[in-house]
Amino acid sequence: MSTIVQPVPGSVGRRIGRTALDWIPPLAVFAIGIGAWQGLVAAFHVQEFLLPKPTAIGEAFWTQKSALWSQGIYTFKEALGGYALGSGLGVLVALFFAAWRPLAGAFMPYAVAANAIPIIAFAPIMNNWFGLLNPFSKMAIAAVLCFFPVMINTLRGLTSVQPSSIELMQSYAAGRLSTFWRVRIPNSLPHMFTGLKIATVLSMIGAIVGEYFGGPIEALGVKILNDSSYGNFTDAWAGIVMASLLGIVFYAVVALAERLATSWHPSARAFQTE
Amino acid sequence: MKAVSLKGVSKQFRAGVTALDGIDLDVEPGEFVSLIGPSGCGKSTLLRIIGDLTKPTAGTAQVNGKPAERARRDHDYGIVFQDAVLYDWRTVAKNISLPLELLRWSRGRRNARVKDMMELVELTGFESHHPWQLSGGMQQRVSIARALSFSPTLLLMDEPFGALDEMTRERLNTELLRIWQETSSTVVFVTHSIPEAVFLSTRVVVMSSRPGRVAGVVDVDLPQPRTSTTREESRFFELVTQVREGLAAAGAPLGETQEPALVKDSS
Repeated sequence: MSTIVQPVPGSVGRRIGRTALDWIPPLAVFAIGIGAWQGLVAAFHVQEFLLPKPTAIGEAFWTQKSALWSQGIYTFKEALGGYALGSGLGVLVALFFAAWRPLAGAFMPYAVAANAIPIIAFAPIMNNWFGLLNPFSKMAIAAVLCFFPVMINTLRGLTSVQPSSIELMQSYAAGRLSTFWRVRIPNSLPHMFTGLKIATVLSMIGAIVGEYFGGPIEALGVKILNDSSYGNFTDAWAGIVMASLLGIVFYAVVALAERLATSWHPSARAFQTE
Repeated sequence: MKAVSLKGVSKQFRAGVTALDGIDLDVEPGEFVSLIGPSGCGKSTLLRIIGDLTKPTAGTAQVNGKPAERARRDHDYGIVFQDAVLYDWRTVAKNISLPLELLRWSRGRRNARVKDMMELVELTGFESHHPWQLSGGMQQRVSIARALSFSPTLLLMDEPFGALDEMTRERLNTELLRIWQETSSTVVFVTHSIPEAVFLSTRVVVMSSRPGRVAGVVDVDLPQPRTSTTREESRFFELVTQVREGLAAAGAPLGETQEPALVKDSS
């Protein structure tokens, strides 16, 4: 074990921001990937309806950017609503389960079984329940998809506390609430964020797939579906690019929140010592 | 009034294993008592009974003349575990002030005390570090500072230096004795190191295993303050030998019915 002899000032800024140098390798991979795609499609004369060139997709994206943006935002709002609902409920249920173990024992088998159901299959049912044009039908699907990973990860974080950490609080005669607030909840944060990051992706999937089963023309999923059925595959690809961009930004925002909320975590070490 | 008073303390685990059997032990205020014995002799369980972290199946445990549970609720003791049990999400300073928060001390009073404690364990300058940025020895010093932050009269230590290298352990032993004298507290210290027990203690309690019993008590008459030269004195070696022989006599193999030999210092 190494001994730190002098105090080393830890800068939060350096821990959060990567240096520009770290971005060069991934950007190079991106450029090579896109270049290879373009080159191979051109070299083998791949039909546009099978796989358009990146430049063609880029062109379609650019000409339809304002429409794509408003469609994207429409769908993103559905995803965000479902995310907030499903994740919020997931955290809440995890707290209840951790506080009353018999409750977890009674409900957990059903939660696990429910998670094994391909929830996307319920999309037409949700559309029927809440109405095709009602954004809540898509939010419901997104919420159901988000719930389980957030709940199970948060619960793991709340319960995977070292027994000695709990004994220490007992030695101070700390109450259950105090132990929850000072030990279990902070301990759960890294796990909870793992769930919250998975849920960002799931919420976008839920909203878009929900729209594939019918929705208003303003929605991105409906646009991708229509473009595909009319054979405008390049336009459909542009829609997929918009969906991907929103998904990536959503994920990145949650990852940033994680960095801020768990800057104390040993995993932040990598950003400090390098 | 005794700092710790155990009368007929037994502990049986659910599986039918008898961890402790009829322990009688009194610790006077200001004493430094070590519990030493082979692994499985229940010495950690005994410490947890004193701290009311587990209940005895028979007998009574009193701390400062009160039932152990009452003493725990009154914050009469601080505890140090083998792993430092520091919370990663708290800085060093906030780990030390955790018990003070629970006691609802004001921020100003907490900060002043943390500053004093950082000086006591010689960690000034590391206040805003997180536990994982410190070495094992430094982490254990933080843990000691936390246990002493609210000035409990009793300090319970469960093999606190067991995971440290020999040099760090010896340095921390000397430091612990200095802290013990500066704070004039009572210490009950669990260890499986004979030289450590002799160097630190005013009294060493030798335990036998399966079931855990008090096999003997060695009074350590080495003068205070003890320094690194204490370890080179012939009296130190005599006492180490006494404890070792006591342990050997107590460590009769399983099934042996022979009564454990009583080891009592003649001087």
